[in-house]
Amino acid sequence: MKRILVIGNGMVGYKFCEKFVGKENSAAFKLVVFGEEPRPAYDRVHLSEYFANQDAERLSMAPRSWYEENNIELITNERVTDIHRDNKTITTISEAVYSYDYLVLATGSSAFVPPIPKIEKEGIFVYRTIEDLDATMAYAETLKQDGGKKKAAILGGGLLGLEAGKAILDMDLEAAVVEFAPRLMPRQLDTDASNVLQGKLEELGIEILLNKGTQQILGDTAITGMDFGNGDVLDVDMLLVSAGIRPRDELAKTCGLEVGTRGGIVVSNDMKTSDEHIYAIGECALLNQMIYGLVAPGYDMAGVAVDQIMGQEAAMPTSIDMSTKLKLSGIDVASFGDALNEQKEGEGIVYENKFQGIYKKIVVSKDGKSLLGGILVGDASDYNMLHQIYLNGLAIPENPEDLILGARGGGEASFGSVLDLPDAAVVCSCESVTKGAICCKVEEGVDTLKGLAAETKVTTGCGGCKPMVTDLLNETLKAAGKVVKETICEHFEYSRQELFDIITMKNIRSYDELLDNYGNGHGCEICKPAMASLFASIYNETANKQEAIQDSNDRFLANIQRNGTYSVVPRVAGGEITPKQLIVIGEIASKYDLYTKITGGQRIDLFGARLDQLPAIWKELIDEGFESGHAYGKSLRTVKSCVGSTWCRYGMDESVSFAIEVENRYKGIRSPHKIKGGVSGCIRECAEARCKDFGMIAVEGGWNLYVAGNGGANPRHAELLAEKIDNETVVKYVDRFLMYYIKTALPLQRTAAWLDKLEGGIEYLKDLVVNDSLGICEDLDKEMQGLVNTYKCEWKEAIENIEIQNKYSHFVNSDEIDANLNFVPLRDQKMPELWES
Amino acid sequence: MSAVLEKYFTTNEEEVKVWFKAAPVENFPENGGACVKYKDKQIAVFNFTREKKWYACQNLCPHKMEMVLSRGMIGDDCGTPKVACPLHKKTFSLENGENLNGELESIAVYPVQIKEGNVYIGFSE
Ligand code: SRM
Ligand SMILES: Cc1cc2nc3c(=O)[nH]c(=O)nc-3n(C[C@H](O)[C@H](O)[C@H](O)COP(=O)(O)OP(=O)(O)OC[C@H]3O[C@@H](n4cnc5c(N)ncnc54)[C@H](O)[C@@H]3O)c2cc1C
Ligand code: SF4
Ligand code: FES
Repeated sequence: MKRILVIGNGMVGYKFCEKFVGKENSAAFKLVVFGEEPRPAYDRVHLSEYFANQDAERLSMAPRSWYEENNIELITNERVTDIHRDNKTITTISEAVYSYDYLVLATGSSAFVPPIPKIEKEGIFVYRTIEDLDATMAYAETLKQDGGKKKAAILGGGLLGLEAGKAILDMDLEAAVVEFAPRLMPRQLDTDASNVLQGKLEELGIEILLNKGTQQILGDTAITGMDFGNGDVLDVDMLLVSAGIRPRDELAKTCGLEVGTRGGIVVSNDMKTSDEHIYAIGECALLNQMIYGLVAPGYDMAGVAVDQIMGQEAAMPTSIDMSTKLKLSGIDVASFGDALNEQKEGEGIVYENKFQGIYKKIVVSKDGKSLLGGILVGDASDYNMLHQIYLNGLAIPENPEDLILGARGGGEASFGSVLDLPDAAVVCSCESVTKGAICCKVEEGVDTLKGLAAETKVTTGCGGCKPMVTDLLNETLKAAGKVVKETICEHFEYSRQELFDIITMKNIRSYDELLDNYGNGHGCEICKPAMASLFASIYNETANKQEAIQDSNDRFLANIQRNGTYSVVPRVAGGEITPKQLIVIGEIASKYDLYTKITGGQRIDLFGARLDQLPAIWKELIDEGFESGHAYGKSLRTVKSCVGSTWCRYGMDESVSFAIEVENRYKGIRSPHKIKGGVSGCIRECAEARCKDFGMIAVEGGWNLYVAGNGGANPRHAELLAEKIDNETVVKYVDRFLMYYIKTALPLQRTAAWLDKLEGGIEYLKDLVVNDSLGICEDLDKEMQGLVNTYKCEWKEAIENIEIQNKYSHFVNSDEIDANLNFVPLRDQKMPELWES
Repeated sequence: MSAVLEKYFTTNEEEVKVWFKAAPVENFPENGGACVKYKDKQIAVFNFTREKKWYACQNLCPHKMEMVLSRGMIGDDCGTPKVACPLHKKTFSLENGENLNGELESIAVYPVQIKEGNVYIGFSE
């Protein structure tokens, strides 16, 4: 049996293993892999996510058991120290000796630290491994302990440096990016694009310093500043170095393999080094005098090396794509091909919109027939398509500017359908999957994104191909005459709206009955809560009725918290609360030792109640006249009010009274997602009514009614539905709007997203609600009134029913409480112990 | 915390030394779960009524080490019975404990028997 040794278990080393396992004759080889890091290969590309969740598991490429199952011997925490080419063996740090028939170097690269005087001071880090991030975070924590805002600089304004800048900001430190060149991402962007990007980053709060050469680091033991010469100094508490990479070729050098003058193990396009038994792949390999610092070419190299070793013809393509997209949330930046027109073979076309912070540039061949490259800043939604046109040399429109401006006159996109791409077009570059391969799978019957991912691995790398794969999937299905339906999940072949009609028309009363007659399998965490919401919207049944299909929070009528305890939120309609009620809440909270906080919804949240305490707490609240605030449900949350004409000198109407009336009208109604309202007494808008699903603002002559706004992840202002209407008309229109939304939205789609997708938009909705254009308003009115009339407080129902109360215990066979709950003090209250990383 | 995790390991029917009598069948919700205390262990037990089967696994979710799985929703993933953690919806096979939508380590599963209206869970110690 031939023996292959792989040195390095990074992304490319792992890909080698994966491709090896996929080969028919892999049993004829024994594969041993050495990794210097303590854990199996992980996804370095998404390393920044570790700052947010400290979840190393999530980054893992494959668990240790995967290597075992596939007969690969993985030895981590073991650096290889020597290669003896004469007798084809290697030695490791623990002096173990292994022999090889083939040796694969996948040693990657290390962060380049420029030789700046005193760069070895404390508080200076690089950004390459999980351990680097752990050290960075630990230092940031100690910095923060002595209070005050601390600042970290990032040396290098390239792709990685900007990503690091955002990570620093998310750690609640001030961030400054220091770049030597006169622009950001100098290898990908031109000056104008860099300016637009700089504006966006500064808006985020990242300071940008260009044209700065660091002369020395300041500070005694730890860094306190950076000196740019001539008295120009930046005070910082920490420094993250992201100034490029250096291939790890030290092993290759000492055993006499050929290396490049500026580093890197020289390989030919079959990935062989100067010794034909030794291969080099990934970021340590110098191919065409280049180090390709991206995963996609590294993965291709792994494929070529596997093929070569296992006896197949294979070679790297002559041109290697280096297109990139920056993965910073909220900032779109992409560049592809010869973006800077360095070859001087094309002419640029530029579109810039300073108001919106958008910059787009394409480089078109001199004959105007092909796309050579481009830059997109501020809006990179067309990146995938433009990139494909570039890669595949597709024909471009007669007026090439249509590519970035859209064809004027018609609303149509100017580059046609994804189906026009040639079959050979590589859609997923991480896994080298072509359009043909994807469409072929769809034609064979794979009709979900998840299915395609399982069969072809598309979308599992950087994820950038997802929009295009989704389009390909839908277009191919459509072309085959299959209806593309927004089905709920694998258990129901129907959309939410169709299931709404089925339940109503067939008078179906339980989830099991629905599943038995109209679905298949046993359901899941997606369809169960979606159907629970439908049963509630149609029959106004409370979450107590079918407990096992309720989402985690609805099942126990409370929001589950980080440590498995719950929160308690009584309704405080319109935010109005009496001193007596405040005292009562305070007394109950202190009796049960609950953490209390005023919420963003004008009411009070009591946190840290154990499951078994919930009924007792709610009994006391209900005895005092409180009721459920439905903070746990996809249902009406709060109707926020300002104080209005009752007290305010500018008030045009009684906003509090109206808010209370409306909150009480819609309380308890279940909907596709949560709904929130707001009522402001005048256009100063102190209740932020236009950030709500429905909002009223008092004006001369009545109320202006706005609908379909929200805050949250994608803030949207509500749109005007009707002007200067009286209270009664407001309620009538809101009834119709909400009921229509409840009947037609997708699961977990808020009103703003729903209105976005509604054909005809706000005009269509106005016509429907105000002019009854569909002739359904009578039904909508009746249905809403039915829901209003049958409201019950579900917590009252729960505390009056001993069977329901019985489910509120941690154990079925013991009254003991969960011994794993640990709280720690927080100011004058408490909080759950922090999660371990 | 990993010390807590080490208490739980998958037990096959053949390895069972103790059949622990947990509680009467009617104390468990249909198509849902409840938590059983056995010595210093917490076991999530599911009455999968639709399949007419019972399943048991550790109550501890390996994602954030919280004792919550018994409060998760159950269902199936292409025929494999599963539970979804109530905190972040990681799903685990109830047959072999495998994490179906991620790369977490498997959870421990235990055999269940129903005798004379009572639920028994099998342990090897
Ligand atoms: C407690 C509170 C934060 C606070 O301390 O102030 C809060 C807490 C939670 N919010 Fe919120 N949100 C709270 C006001 C808000 C607001 C402000 C507001 O209502 O004016 C917003 C933005 C406005 C909006 O919704 O349009 C808000 C936008 C969200 C979102 C994002 C929704 C979106 O459409 O993007 C989520 C996630 C979701 O619902 O899927 C969320 C979800 C959550 C959850 C339920 C997350 C969860 O499942 O554990 C939090 C648990 C609450 C609990 O345990 O009681 N929360 N949340 C606020 C409770 C208000 C209340 O009295 O009910
Ligand atoms: C924060 C960050 C963001 C990135 N973002 C992107 C992106 O968006 N797109 C993109 O395409 N690329 C991105 N990259 C680059 C990408 O991660 C690399 O191209 C890829 O990881 C290279 O894989 P590799 O296996 O060649 O090297 P590595 O992943 O570095 O793996 C090499 C491994 O070999 C080990 N090793 C070295 N010497 C020895 C020895 N003597 N004995 C044993 N083990 C040894 C090392 O410890 C290491 O684990 C990013 C990189 C970082 C750090
Ligand atoms: S913003 Fe809302 S969901 Fe996010 S942490 Fe705060 S309370 Fe939780
Ligand atoms: S704790 Fe279970 S999924 Fe996060």
